Amino acid sequence: MSSNSNSHPPEYELSQSGRIITFRAKGSWTLRDIGPIDEALSQKLEALDYDAVHYDVADVSELDTAGAYMFARAVRTASGECHEWEVIAGSTGQRTLVQAAADAVMGRPPEPTRQWYDSLTNMGRASERFFLESIDTIAFIGQFFVVLFKMLLRPRTIRWKSVVALTEEIGLNAAPIVMTLCFFIGAVIAYLGANLLSTFGASVFMVDLVGVSVLRELAPIITAILIAGRSDSAFTAQIGAMKMRQEIDAMTVLGLDTFEVLVVPRALACLISLPILTFLGMMSGIFAGMLIAWLGGLDISPILFFARLNEVVELKQFWIGMAKTPFFAIIIALIGCRQGLAVTGSVDSLGARTTTSVVQAIFAVIAVDAVFALFFFQMGI
Amino acid sequence: MALKIDKTASPMEARGILTQFGSNVIHEDLNFHLPRGEIVGLVGGSGTGKSVLMNTLLGLKEPEGGMIRYFGYDREELSAEQRFELNTQIGVLFQGGALFSSLTVRENIMVPLREHTDLPVKLMRELADMKIHMVGLPPQSATLYPSDLSGGMKKRAGLARSLALDPEILFLDEPTAGLDPVGANAFDELILGLREAMDLTVLLITHDLDTLYTTCDKVAVLVDKHIAIVDSLPKVIAYEHPWVQEYFGGPRSRAALSAGKT
Ligand SMILES: Nc1ncnc2c1ncn2[C@@H]1O[C@H](COP(=O)(O)OP(=O)(O)O)[C@@H](O)[C@H]1O
Ligand SMILES: [Mg+2]
Repeated sequence: MSSNSNSHPPEYELSQSGRIITFRAKGSWTLRDIGPIDEALSQKLEALDYDAVHYDVADVSELDTAGAYMFARAVRTASGECHEWEVIAGSTGQRTLVQAAADAVMGRPPEPTRQWYDSLTNMGRASERFFLESIDTIAFIGQFFVVLFKMLLRPRTIRWKSVVALTEEIGLNAAPIVMTLCFFIGAVIAYLGANLLSTFGASVFMVDLVGVSVLRELAPIITAILIAGRSDSAFTAQIGAMKMRQEIDAMTVLGLDTFEVLVVPRALACLISLPILTFLGMMSGIFAGMLIAWLGGLDISPILFFARLNEVVELKQFWIGMAKTPFFAIIIALIGCRQGLAVTGSVDSLGARTTTSVVQAIFAVIAVDAVFALFFFQMGI
Repeated sequence: MALKIDKTASPMEARGILTQFGSNVIHEDLNFHLPRGEIVGLVGGSGTGKSVLMNTLLGLKEPEGGMIRYFGYDREELSAEQRFELNTQIGVLFQGGALFSSLTVRENIMVPLREHTDLPVKLMRELADMKIHMVGLPPQSATLYPSDLSGGMKKRAGLARSLALDPEILFLDEPTAGLDPVGANAFDELILGLREAMDLTVLLITHDLDTLYTTCDKVAVLVDKHIAIVDSLPKVIAYEHPWVQEYFGGPRSRAALSAGKT
């Protein structure tokens, strides 16, 4: 069955006498040989009308299950009738193989599904899933707050050890990248402002621009998006892998609440990390603005920069920026955990859920930020 | 250069195998070969390195020392292409089934067929369905995903995939664990039938004493980091080693033996 070079191609002869056909085969009937005769053989068999098959396979030099299957196909015609069959000549091994293959042919395989029908059902399923998903998300948020308040009433039930470990992972380890990114953004805004405003001879207003934009919008949103991309995928992958290996089921059976063990610590870690990271981002962005103002050809000295910043940018801009971070934190943690828990057995679903998780989290962060902007605007803050 | 398999050559031979994880030596000076056309049962306590031995023989783990030959070819000396070809001669059922979770059972079985043959897709599908039947899975399982299968069904599906290319050598890692007794017996018989028909050489890692009694031609014992004995079951039972005596002297063993004799 291994070498094609010295094997003889499969040959066959079908002869009919009465209601019995004799299937005489010779040559090599293996997986590697049968491809070319597949069509022709099944067409010939379909054209015949018979009640029983006799196999003469004594001259078959090599036979494997695929070859035996080609024989056995004679046992069942397209109309699905079963016929009697018998190996009239052949070795015991060959008999066994034909027997096994014929048994298999008797067990009717399921019909392949229709393509258009499939895509239609998929569309219906997708829309149904979207609605169920929305309802589930809301239910998940509700359940989270119930568990969180229950735990806050008894702080000893909170798993501080994992909160601390997760805070290190989500917060501390992300600090360099958050600060670097905010530094670049701050510098870009500063340059942009300096360029635009110098045409009016008002380049000192770039301080206002940097201050307000970084504190109020950029630092919080950049941090949140970064953490959404960084930690959300991690949450989903971690919890999803646990789900796949039935660790979640084991927890439930052992009386551990998955919300208490997995979701709440992550949410708390995000709640601790995000404001701190945002604060660091703000500092870094402002610092970048100051550097550009000083060294970027505007000759605004650091002292002048901070004096102006103090004068025109109110503290409330800082608080507005900070006020948003807890909301972002909850959004990020809950979406990541929820998608992780929604993973089913397959790796595909793990991949899909991780993608969904990151996309949803970034989308939600920006959407919520827009709502906040609208809200503050209406309130005149 | 295409690989010519001489079927009369010894299918698999391992000499002086040394495997270790860090300083933890698993096998030392291990010699082992599979006689052609026979079913060799490999027994040994849990954690003695049966699965590691299988991985080493398969080339998934490089041994720290020793030599492995398939059909007379040293695996090391083969080109990548020849190794690929050699792999079509080896079917493997891993301990956990190792099915691709993103594919249905039928698609799983079609993977080796797609990779190594150019049959029409319809025929591949039919061949896959035949293998599904041969391992005793219901026809409906063809379109199920591995996550929808029970542990025993996963094993059967994995076996079906390992048989897809009609290999010369079959490695089975605890195939009957997780099957119900009826299914396990049917499985044993299937292995015997396939061996007879396809001239299979089988390495069967098992804890199932019934399988040892009914199916295996020879039994290999992995103790003290090497294969202590490879012989017919009565001789192995008579082998003077505390672990072997305990293994075959236990009540389960005696029950299986008396059942096997009747
Ligand atoms: N990847 C690995 N790294 C380190 N040690 C391993 C690894 N895989 C297996 N081992 C060790 O090798 C030994 C044999 O394992 P295994 O072959 O799975 O046992 P079994 O005989 O039950 O199949 C065990 O002691 C295990 O701890
Ligand atoms: Mg093992």
